[in-house]
Amino acid sequence: MSLDWTRHLVIVPILLPLLCGALLAPLTEGRHRLKFAAAYVSVCGLLATALALVVFTDTRWPGGVQPYFAANWAAPFGIALVADRLSALMLVLTALLALAALHYAQPRWGRIGVHFHSLFQFLLMGINGAFLTHDLFNLFVFFEVMLAASYGLVLHGYNVARLRASMQYIAVNLAASLLFLIGVALVYATTGTLNMADLARRVGALAPHSLGLLQAGVAVMALAFLAKGAMWPLGFWLPTTYAAASPPVAAMLVLMTKVGAYVVLRIWLLVFPESAGAAARFGYDALLWGGMATIVFGAAGMLATDTLGRMAGYAAIVSSGTLLAVIGYGQPALVKAGLYYFVASTIALSAFMLLGELVDRIRTPAAAVLALTAEAYAVEDTPAEPKGRGVPAAMAFLSLAFAACALMIAGLPPLSGFVAKFGMFHALVNPGQGMPPIGARGWTLMALVIASGLVAIVSLMRFGVRTFWAADILGPPRLHAAEVLPVAALLAVSVLLTVQAEPVYRYLARAGADLHRPGLYIDRVLGTPPVPGPAAEAR
Amino acid sequence: MEIVLSLAIGIVFGSGIWLVLRPRSFQVLTGLMLMSYAVNLFIFAMGRLSLDQPPLTPVGTVPDPAVLADPVPQALVLTAIVIGFATTALYLVVMIGARGLSGTDHVDGEEPET
Repeated sequence: MSLDWTRHLVIVPILLPLLCGALLAPLTEGRHRLKFAAAYVSVCGLLATALALVVFTDTRWPGGVQPYFAANWAAPFGIALVADRLSALMLVLTALLALAALHYAQPRWGRIGVHFHSLFQFLLMGINGAFLTHDLFNLFVFFEVMLAASYGLVLHGYNVARLRASMQYIAVNLAASLLFLIGVALVYATTGTLNMADLARRVGALAPHSLGLLQAGVAVMALAFLAKGAMWPLGFWLPTTYAAASPPVAAMLVLMTKVGAYVVLRIWLLVFPESAGAAARFGYDALLWGGMATIVFGAAGMLATDTLGRMAGYAAIVSSGTLLAVIGYGQPALVKAGLYYFVASTIALSAFMLLGELVDRIRTPAAAVLALTAEAYAVEDTPAEPKGRGVPAAMAFLSLAFAACALMIAGLPPLSGFVAKFGMFHALVNPGQGMPPIGARGWTLMALVIASGLVAIVSLMRFGVRTFWAADILGPPRLHAAEVLPVAALLAVSVLLTVQAEPVYRYLARAGADLHRPGLYIDRVLGTPPVPGPAAEAR
Repeated sequence: MEIVLSLAIGIVFGSGIWLVLRPRSFQVLTGLMLMSYAVNLFIFAMGRLSLDQPPLTPVGTVPDPAVLADPVPQALVLTAIVIGFATTALYLVVMIGARGLSGTDHVDGEEPET
């Protein structure tokens, strides 16, 4: 009996970018058209695979969980990859953002420097691998693949600012990787397994003295994820790096920040659920309060800065903090709403990153200086006489797109950010059956989320007014169609998410329900037999 | 043996932390390398310390976990060494680039005011 072909789809999101990146590496930079075409085919293939995985996990595979054993080794011994509803959705998100970033990079960023497309493919391989793997050490390997590619990409378009940011970014992440290794070693030493489902099975039966060591190990490991997810006080590297990176890279970095939150969600719900005996609910409070501190830090940063790149970086910190707090609150209904927020805020922030460079083109250096002096000396400058000419199309597009991004980041109606925040508040106020009613923690979280939205709208409005209304614009900025299209497409996806919120929510409810049943993963991953070899088949 | 090994790991890791907090980029790099050596030793020690125990089963014998060393941490440590080596080399290149562009080897990219 050979394996049903559809099951091989689980490994395609890792193999396809690996092969494409390796093929592109030896091509010289002069052939950028060919390189771009190959990268485009690969990313479109990834999108198709990811959509197929969504359909299969949702309708075809039992329990919505499909393990794939690398080299056909049975579960706790070999490396298992697992596709479920959540990871399939994350793959779709990755492919969408990659498509937008790649398209944006086509006229300019993909042509300068070397090996942009290879590094981009390897980054995708690392991100997809981190979403799919079900083995802790393999997770470390995919994290390193993702990080190594991101080091190269942050440096892409080599200048002093990028080098300086990379020095910090690489040092922080190298140190975080060492913590990851220490954590993995401790987990292996106490439980004797690296497979997540096997770990979840064994954690309930651990002796008290090993349990302490396991919790220490997982906490050390979590530091590595939280450094990526920029939880306060581990996220100081983030705004500088995001502001320095080129826009298509920054758009992908937004997703990388979310990989940290995704891994925390996955490991915590699997290993430390309510049913885990003595280990139940370990660390949830730390995540909740840490997440709330992160929201405060990010919101303060947004108010304090007036460059678009850094503002977007702080907005990413706020959204990451919100997610961590939602995970730490430990309530299934809230996790479902948090997943919607995950998707919506990632798309909004990526679009904002891409838009940033285009908006900066209308900010002439003189306007930037004026904004600074206006801040320092409170200058009252007399506005020039209105000339009464029409708004050029480029300006109209930029300001509308900026307004849409601002609405989504702040969470105001009518776009997806509002739906996400409304969903979270609804889940907080109606905790569902058997859950304690909303207490002081819940009200604090709600107040912080509302306040961070208010801060976001204040700082973005300040920037928007200065840029679009008050700046001395000489002529409309020159935009390339290939740069406008991805921003518009991402915004269209957000509108679609808003209009089609109900089916998306239903899907996320199923994904969230799976996450809260660790037994399902234990049964499916450890219970699926490997494919019988040809010798066994002949008998 | 446990005390000696844990002291050694602790001293190497501690030296690494001290070096990472120094202001010159080469010191930071050396610190990261020392820390990664300590971590590699640590992973190795997590497979339990034992003498004269191969991680392999000799031909023709029944496998007996009591006389075998755990092969998994050894495999993990090999992977960790390779990855650590590659990322450290990459950091070295970035460091040289930063030295060339900014003219200083301070980690901030500029000399502190004295």
